[in-house]
Amino acid sequence: MLGGRLDAAGVAPLWPEARAALAAQSGRAVVVDAAGVEYCDGAGLAFLVDLLRQERPAEAAVRIVGLAERFDRLLAQFDVEQFRQPLVRPVVDDSLLHRIGLASLELAADLKTQVAFIGEAGRALAAAARSPGRVRWGDALAIAEEAGVNALPIVTLVAFILGVILAYQSAVAMRQFGAEVYVADLIGISMVRELAPLMTAILLAGRSGAAFAAEIGTMRVNEEIDALSTFGFDPVRFLVVTRVLAALAVTPLLAVYADVVSIAGGALVLLSFQVPLATYFNEVFTLVGMSDLFTGLFKCGVFGVVIAGIGCLRGLQTGSGAAAVGISTTRAVVSALVLIVVVDGSFAIVFYHLGL
Amino acid sequence: MSSDLIRVENLTVGFGGKSLMKDVGFTVAAGEVFVILGGSGCGKSTLLKNMIGLYRPMAGRIFIAGEDIVQATGDGKRAIQRKFGVAYQAGALFGSMNLIDNIGLPLEEYTGLDAAARELTARMKLSLVGLAGFEQRMPAELSGGMQKRAAIARAMALDPAILFLDEPSAGLDPITSAGLDELILRLARNLGITFVVVSHELQSIFTIADRVIMLDKRQQGIVAAGTPADLRDNSPNPWVRQFFNREAP
Repeated sequence: MLGGRLDAAGVAPLWPEARAALAAQSGRAVVVDAAGVEYCDGAGLAFLVDLLRQERPAEAAVRIVGLAERFDRLLAQFDVEQFRQPLVRPVVDDSLLHRIGLASLELAADLKTQVAFIGEAGRALAAAARSPGRVRWGDALAIAEEAGVNALPIVTLVAFILGVILAYQSAVAMRQFGAEVYVADLIGISMVRELAPLMTAILLAGRSGAAFAAEIGTMRVNEEIDALSTFGFDPVRFLVVTRVLAALAVTPLLAVYADVVSIAGGALVLLSFQVPLATYFNEVFTLVGMSDLFTGLFKCGVFGVVIAGIGCLRGLQTGSGAAAVGISTTRAVVSALVLIVVVDGSFAIVFYHLGL
Repeated sequence: MSSDLIRVENLTVGFGGKSLMKDVGFTVAAGEVFVILGGSGCGKSTLLKNMIGLYRPMAGRIFIAGEDIVQATGDGKRAIQRKFGVAYQAGALFGSMNLIDNIGLPLEEYTGLDAAARELTARMKLSLVGLAGFEQRMPAELSGGMQKRAAIARAMALDPAILFLDEPSAGLDPITSAGLDELILRLARNLGITFVVVSHELQSIFTIADRVIMLDKRQQGIVAAGTPADLRDNSPNPWVRQFFNREAP
């Protein structure tokens, strides 16, 4: 016998009991007296349908009697047969072998896409070099401002603290040999050749690479990229060239700025170790040569192109829906970080063999 | 006691200190299909978002089943919001979930139903809007009309007494749009749900609306109220007649 309110709160405790009671009476016909039901909403109807849809022999069928006419009319809207079959969730092969196979296929497809993208972007950049007037310089300048000028506060903070940390860590050890002044050489060479370009690239990847992927990804979701294509515009020329040129311009500039700030941070620390500023800067300028500066800046230029390129590529690869934009952004940052490390390692080997 | 399920009193809405409409008031009776009508940019959707508590009006009160959603905050506001469902203009289905999980989410959060009960309840909601068999599809795999129907099914997940629909027919072909109108009427008549629909699709309004209010951005308020046929044939306001008869200015 059923009574009272058949809503979600009412049927939630009742439901498992009713299933168990039906299972216990599996060989006998069951008549449910629903005359006492005062209210029945969607959850209540689902409960009644669940009672009726149970697989039982014909002689042991479930019948509902006495249900008020207004609720009976609602129940009649549903074809119980339709809900007899359980909803079968697709089975996903989650075995290790299957996952390795899938990951390999994805990697191969991704590499193929990256090669195709490098070709497309290279062609668009070559076209831009041949006809600079066709480049959307206004867009490129706005992107350069966002990626470069607006990144100055965080570059200042990170570079300064890096210079301070490096100075403290090395000065404490060097003091044992009375060689604090050589900390200037260590900071100068390591920041200019390696740390400032690397730090700038990582900040750019986290800040602008992610922003490029999110912006272009959202444009993909909103069909703006399709609109560009149907106008006959090349999305690579419109969206990628401007970003790559902007990143190519601002990354070395940010690195030079990071060089200056980090060396200044080191100078402040060494003051506390009684190394005069004049001695410190004289040491830095004597040891750090133009080749050190230019190898660092060259690397930065390459990092900028890689970060902007991969950010744009991941944006263009965005699927549909809000989650796809998040996935693209994550992939842009991760891919950029991996590529930065790989490119930096390659440069270390090449520069060593070239004697730079 | 009044049978009005929604009562809007002296409502002024707008953005940044600039009002879009001033001193608006109306009521919606239980079980009726009530349409908010008006030209583009007159503030229909803004009014709706004030009614569902997403925006805070500059002045006025909005009673949903006797409780003022404007003054309510925190848990009190959420309790009022559970009395209604909302289907947004673009569906706003959760893109990372299939349809059954989209509808199952509010059931999981707000009811004590077990997984099997939630699944059956969600399947029945989808069946009501004609989407039986599409339970495991992702929103991106559906047409615009199907997404809107799925959004209505999700809005009905907790069996609310009121459904707010923002431009349900916008962007749909006439056949799909007619199907959606038929669905709204069926749900209103069979389940007794009260509908508040924002629309400017005249054909749809004549099919579904029990009562209409018409907003005008020049007058910053309601310029007409009544049945669609009444407004078309008898309104003293020439702009209203022009709107209903699709005449160019």
